[in-house]
Amino acid sequence: MQHHIVLKVAAKLLLPFILLFALYVQFHGDFGPGGGFQAGVIFGAGIILYALVFGADHARAVIAPVVVRAVAALGVLLYTGVGVVSMLLGANFLDYDVLAAHPVAGQHLGILLVELGVGLTVTSVMILLFYAFTGEG
Amino acid sequence: MAVTALAIAITRNLFAAAMLFGIFSLLSAAVFVVLDAVDVAFTEAAVGAGISTILMLATLARTSARQRAGPRLRAFPLALAAGLVLILAWASADRPRFAAPDAPANLHVAPRYLEQGPEETGVPNIVTAVLASYRGYDTLGEVTVIFTAGIGVLALLGFGRARRD
Repeated sequence: MQHHIVLKVAAKLLLPFILLFALYVQFHGDFGPGGGFQAGVIFGAGIILYALVFGADHARAVIAPVVVRAVAALGVLLYTGVGVVSMLLGANFLDYDVLAAHPVAGQHLGILLVELGVGLTVTSVMILLFYAFTGEG
Repeated sequence: MAVTALAIAITRNLFAAAMLFGIFSLLSAAVFVVLDAVDVAFTEAAVGAGISTILMLATLARTSARQRAGPRLRAFPLALAAGLVLILAWASADRPRFAAPDAPANLHVAPRYLEQGPEETGVPNIVTAVLASYRGYDTLGEVTVIFTAGIGVLALLGFGRARRD
């Protein structure tokens, strides 16, 4: 993949849109199709496209494997953390009603945070798998 | 879809099989769109046709691209598979009609989710409301499964190499 100038330019052009689309899918999941799983996969695919075209070592320089591992755990922690916080506020585990002054606002906040946790974990596990398959994790 | 599935079973070239798996996933995503399950179709297209094809190709790059010639058709597994197909076809005969309003799956909790969901969660997309709020435990389980799978792959492939460097 050293001399594929067309691929490199095309990938560079596409990447911002792929990552932006992933964020749109992540945060627009309340209103249209989408959510953490799809957004995570799209974001991960964007990074993997970069790694495929520019080489996995370049991608590792941009996003270090250590960071990816930490973020993978952070997503699960965020999800569970939302549940624990709602427990500390006196409701059931993962009952978002108490997270804000109004139950509906609490549900909004809870769903947003939980989907963010899903997105973080899915993104980083996808990148992690790709790193693992293309050399050292 | 049937043609792709047969081609996957027959071909010995694993690169072709990986690409055919991608096509198969894309076709199933199209089926989900026809069934109005846009969220599922989205996931199938992104995960099945996108990421898993890439991961399969990455795996093939580390192994061999050709399947070793195995034994040809065997009678017992073929009979077993055919029997299973017959049993499933027989069992699906008294399944409720697709999207029948009186099917058990549509009578239990689904009406409550559909009627109360928008007011209770303020989220217009009912799939997101059910996934993240009503069925939050299940989704937490799914995320944990993905995380654990990632850790497992790392334990098999990654950690050892990283330590050697």
